[in-house]
Amino acid sequence: MHIGAYTLVYDRTFDGLLSCVFQVFDRKLKTVEIIKSGASMVSLFSEVFPVTTNEQHAQRVWQGLRKKLPVRGTHNLYAAFLSEQPKVEDLLLGYIRHIFHSDRSVAGDYTNLYVLKIAQFAKNVGREAHRMEAFVRFKRTKDGLYFANITPDFDVLPLIARHFKSRYADQRWMIYDLTRKYGIYYDLDTVETVELNLADDHKATANAGLIFDPAELAFQQLWKDYFDHTNIRERKNTKLHVQHVPRRYWKYLSEKGGSC
Amino acid sequence: MDRIREKLNILADAAKYDVSCSSSGSKRTNHNKGLGDSSGMGICHSYTEDGRCVSLLKILLTNHCIYDCAYCVTRKSNDIKRAAFKVQEVVDLTVNFYRRNYIEGLFLSSGIFKDADYTMERLVAVAKKLRTEERFNGYIHLKSIPGASDELMREAGLYADRLSVNIEIPTKEGLKRLAPDKHHEDFIKPMKKVKHEILLYQSEKKIIKSTPKYAPAGQSTQMIVGASGETDQQIMYTSQFFYKKFNMKRVYYSGYVPVSHDHRLPAIGTQVPMLRENRLYQTDWLMRFYGFDVTEILNKDHPNLDVDIDPKLGWAIRNMQYFPVDINKAERWLLARVPGIGVKSVHKIIAARRFRKLGWEHLQKIGIAVSRARYFIVCDSKDFERRDLSGAQIKSMILQQSSSKYQSFYNQQLQLFS
Repeated sequence: MHIGAYTLVYDRTFDGLLSCVFQVFDRKLKTVEIIKSGASMVSLFSEVFPVTTNEQHAQRVWQGLRKKLPVRGTHNLYAAFLSEQPKVEDLLLGYIRHIFHSDRSVAGDYTNLYVLKIAQFAKNVGREAHRMEAFVRFKRTKDGLYFANITPDFDVLPLIARHFKSRYADQRWMIYDLTRKYGIYYDLDTVETVELNLADDHKATANAGLIFDPAELAFQQLWKDYFDHTNIRERKNTKLHVQHVPRRYWKYLSEKGGSC
Repeated sequence: MDRIREKLNILADAAKYDVSCSSSGSKRTNHNKGLGDSSGMGICHSYTEDGRCVSLLKILLTNHCIYDCAYCVTRKSNDIKRAAFKVQEVVDLTVNFYRRNYIEGLFLSSGIFKDADYTMERLVAVAKKLRTEERFNGYIHLKSIPGASDELMREAGLYADRLSVNIEIPTKEGLKRLAPDKHHEDFIKPMKKVKHEILLYQSEKKIIKSTPKYAPAGQSTQMIVGASGETDQQIMYTSQFFYKKFNMKRVYYSGYVPVSHDHRLPAIGTQVPMLRENRLYQTDWLMRFYGFDVTEILNKDHPNLDVDIDPKLGWAIRNMQYFPVDINKAERWLLARVPGIGVKSVHKIIAARRFRKLGWEHLQKIGIAVSRARYFIVCDSKDFERRDLSGAQIKSMILQQSSSKYQSFYNQQLQLFS
């Protein structure tokens, strides 16, 4: 039975998604849905086939996009992918089709639904990435590693690696995403992806005395002191404070009593 | 440790009235595989409970001071605890905070002990140690001490990203009254020197690429608002003077927090003029990003800003001859003058109207404040404001449909003045 509707399954990587896009154009597929492997399938009436990630295919799509979009445009596309929002794959496919079907760059068309949606997702992801650059708090371990746990709303580690690499070039550091169970580790040379075997109820503070440098708590205390004394009580403005540091980020901040 | 804690508490307390927290605008990359990088945008690593950004470790080297400026918490005659950091202590704090991602860098100021040069030397020593011994590429903001020698100011700029002198009191007469030992000229001299060095650096850099950087994030200054009875016009004209004359990157406005029983100043317990401060910043933005000349907003007919509406709306309702503006045709500078349309929206409107004529729905999606802008624009729609409304009518309509977070605040202020 040929029904003309397809469900493509990819391996959750960006290259995997681009490989699906390649198949869509290559085979001139019309009605398509792209889903992550392992996700539950809802389409009863479409033909399902898994797409193997093909780096060359992905590159061809990506290079094509780069010709049609300004740098910010391709960045937004990738950032929107990292949002992990339900059905973001279909949105991205729709946008990419729109891009390739137009003769000129569509990036400035702020009244187009795709452009708006992608820009909005990219903005949310970018904001979360920026918050991680701001709110990550390293703790120094006994062997001189600077370590931080995070649980960001989106998969932002790929976006923040470069920032931390150029900033902390002379210290070993690791930022670990507890939600997605992987981290990035810098060994004074390159940044690599790592996976740790942490217990589900892992708490960095539980064994603080064993793990962390004896001076670590002293610096957290000094920072808290500084934070309290740089505040001007006569200007108290809790609404503005919470607007800038929403409560869900307090867990990272030792000055706010967090201990992530 | 306890001694360091005590010093930090005292010297952070004393430094907090300096509102500058900017850590952007420098171009210092991590070129030596050392510590830190300040080439990107600034980052606020935390926010105090008053909602201000914390991006730098902002402290005084010491709060001992030979001056007795009435408005200053560190003044000689004030009976407070005094402390002084050693150079190495500041270096260690900065590096250890930076490595833990608490801060973008250091903002070091100081009370003046002995004399200007002696103090400036110590500030420069901290910055030099950070740059040379710690190979620190984070952001350093040093205070220029009024009266410091040209040689020291030259050296300071080689290590610092930003230099600033706070003029504090917007008028010469006010300064004379509140800080009788200080002279206007003492503030201006280091500014002139820094401006000159920055220009020199920029021209030499064109010929010799390796010319050492000089204060790449420029200089800034600060004025206290509401301490000396000045008008908004006086403040903003002074501000414009600094932007034009000294190529200032920023002028900051700091609502005066009463710290003294001195009869020349607002009494302790007087409310900090935060709304006024906010209006001044809005005016500052209009000057720097919206193409307004300060005389359009403040002049002898309007020496003070409105409290109940922002200065852009205030300008618009006094200048209805510019409106309505056609969204699909108007030039950039005119779009930027429409209340409810910000710089980013101007950019988006111009990009989007190349694709199609824009109507209300499009403008809404783009993100402009239609409820405010609708009185001032026409777009691709038959639906537009047809009544011939006066500025005053528009103002009252806009005020009715909006509720300002400052409402209770200015109602109270208005009562006080009526």
